[in-house]
Amino acid sequence: MTEEIRVVDRELGELALNMGPQHPSTHGVLHLKVHLRGETVVKAIPGIGYLHRGVEKLSENLAYEQLAPIFERNDYLGPTANSLGYVVAVERLGGFEVPRRGAWLRTLVAELQRIASHLVWLGTLGLDLGGALGGGTTLYMYCFREREKILDYMEELTGTRFHTNFNLIGGARYDITPELAAKAVDLANQMEACLGEMRNMTSATAMFRGRVEGIGVIPRDLALSVGVTGPVLRASGVKFDVRKDAPYDAYPDLQFDIPTRTEGDALARFEVRMDEIAESAKLVRQLVEGLPDGPIFTRKPIKNPKGLKVKPNEVYAAVESPRGELGFYIVADGTFKPYRLKINAPSFCNLQVIPHIAPGLLLADVIATLGSLDPVLGDVDR
Amino acid sequence: MNWLLTLLLSIAVLGVAMTCVAYLTWLERKIAARMQNRIGPFWVGYPHGWLQPLADVAKLIIKEDITPKNADRVLFNLAPVMMVVPSLIGFAFIPFAAGLAVVDHPYSFLLFLAFASLALLGVFAAGWSSNNKYALISSLRMVAMAVSYEIPLLLSLLVPAVLVGSFRLTEIVEAQQGMPFILYPGIGQVAFVVFFIAMLAELNKAPFDLVEAESELVAAYNVEYTGMKFALFYAGEYAHTFAVCGLAATVFLGGYNGPAFLPGAVWLLLKMVGIFVLILWIRWSFMRVRIDQALMINWKILFPIALLNLVAAAWWVVRSGGAG
Repeated sequence: MTEEIRVVDRELGELALNMGPQHPSTHGVLHLKVHLRGETVVKAIPGIGYLHRGVEKLSENLAYEQLAPIFERNDYLGPTANSLGYVVAVERLGGFEVPRRGAWLRTLVAELQRIASHLVWLGTLGLDLGGALGGGTTLYMYCFREREKILDYMEELTGTRFHTNFNLIGGARYDITPELAAKAVDLANQMEACLGEMRNMTSATAMFRGRVEGIGVIPRDLALSVGVTGPVLRASGVKFDVRKDAPYDAYPDLQFDIPTRTEGDALARFEVRMDEIAESAKLVRQLVEGLPDGPIFTRKPIKNPKGLKVKPNEVYAAVESPRGELGFYIVADGTFKPYRLKINAPSFCNLQVIPHIAPGLLLADVIATLGSLDPVLGDVDR
Repeated sequence: MNWLLTLLLSIAVLGVAMTCVAYLTWLERKIAARMQNRIGPFWVGYPHGWLQPLADVAKLIIKEDITPKNADRVLFNLAPVMMVVPSLIGFAFIPFAAGLAVVDHPYSFLLFLAFASLALLGVFAAGWSSNNKYALISSLRMVAMAVSYEIPLLLSLLVPAVLVGSFRLTEIVEAQQGMPFILYPGIGQVAFVVFFIAMLAELNKAPFDLVEAESELVAAYNVEYTGMKFALFYAGEYAHTFAVCGLAATVFLGGYNGPAFLPGAVWLLLKMVGIFVLILWIRWSFMRVRIDQALMINWKILFPIALLNLVAAAWWVVRSGGAG
């Protein structure tokens, strides 16, 4: 930041407004320090760290086997993507084999949770634009009604609605029955069907379009230089998706498109995520149809977590979480626990763009932009 | 004995109005819930939580009453009253039977609008005296919105007055015995639509609820208020809304006129609730507009339309040979 220390100019009637960490629309405990001239933002600096739990340090003191469920608490809207990133990293680190069926099941759960996560994003974007006492809540409730179906499915599959702990180092934890497989296809169809309803409430109305069209534009070069990832990057015209560019699990065998837009505004980010829901639904159908037979894990989770030792090595592995590239960098020292573990969190990267695009926006636009970036503060602070 | 009659009448009107206001909150929550695939208040009171408003009031009474240290004490405590009283006074001008209103003044139409605007002063006082940045932004927005939307509101409301040639609400209602003004070809519908949009903005209802845009301004002008003072703001807001619904029903929908199987007051109440439900329907359907968009809609669209419509109404009156 060039203007890190900037005093509010009282002569010009400027106002320093601390939005958050207790604010209805900062998506958790984000603190936005905003300098306002009238209602126009002169400067906005995100303050983070209110949800810091020291997960990276904690992971240096726990066994590899114990860590996956802890990372699910980071990005709490797409939990399996976190543990998936971790297990993929450990598998590459220690050279553990994943049976095909296990990899496909992990992908299935990840894609279902991507839909669930995008539904929460859409609902909260509604709250940001329409307010808790207005049309936003209606959209929110409809999104949660659809998301509830996915959570119910997760409960049936894993026994847990949310933090499923589905991914194991070396496979998936639970197998799928033919009935559940049929249900997954049904679920994917329902998710696709609900998209039309969601679009009727959002992009089909002039009010929604007026609030997001041309707002918070992230040009392609800014997106690349700041390092935003995921749907935010793809909305700026960069066709980068870890699922295609560095495939893991079942993705090399699957046919899917990467939705992109070139406008880079909040509407483009909206469109990208809506298309991603449709793509994920397609993926779920493909995964169920082509589900290979065989075992779902190579090695059972062991009673003694200290039994899993990894020889000295280091690895960076990334997966595409609903928010973007989620990377795990792990250094192993030959013991049963990581020597160092660093998480490259997509929400953290996406949030860095706020100081660049906020100046000149109105206060209401900052909220809309923030909603379209979809940060999860558990992911930002870790 | 005249003063006694007026006193009894005003107590009756006030009682009905306050009861309605309390139950409008319940109605709003039920309708919103219905729209959102929910149930709404259910457990407080047997059929569908009908005791919920009373429970809410009881809760708010026992809440701690806080005045912020840096607030302007006098204005801060006065603001809720400044909001509620003018809103309730509005009911006094609405005729609920032939020639029967608490105050039947030759200029009752204009008086109603004057008091309705006065209620906004309470909002501004609250935002200003709270000494809170969110409240300040909210009250500044309120001023911008009120200054803008008062104009098309008044211009569209002048249309029925011009058609009748009177500012007396009872006469305006009498003139609609054959046909309510909303059915006047062209003029009536345009006037009603312009009035309705301006009314949404004036009452801070979505999609124009910028003054209490809680996703930006937390709780906006009443962010520092607690307990009963907060409740007064809510009551004032609903009373204001309902009074303006009453004005709309009176001026555009024929007020107490209606088929004879129901008494006139019931017809009026039904029309008021109908308009209120329409407001709710819009409120719980759309996203909020931005402040610059809201002002642009007003100055570039509503204001010219309202002005042209008023001219058209005047021309209609001149052509048909005098008002009435």
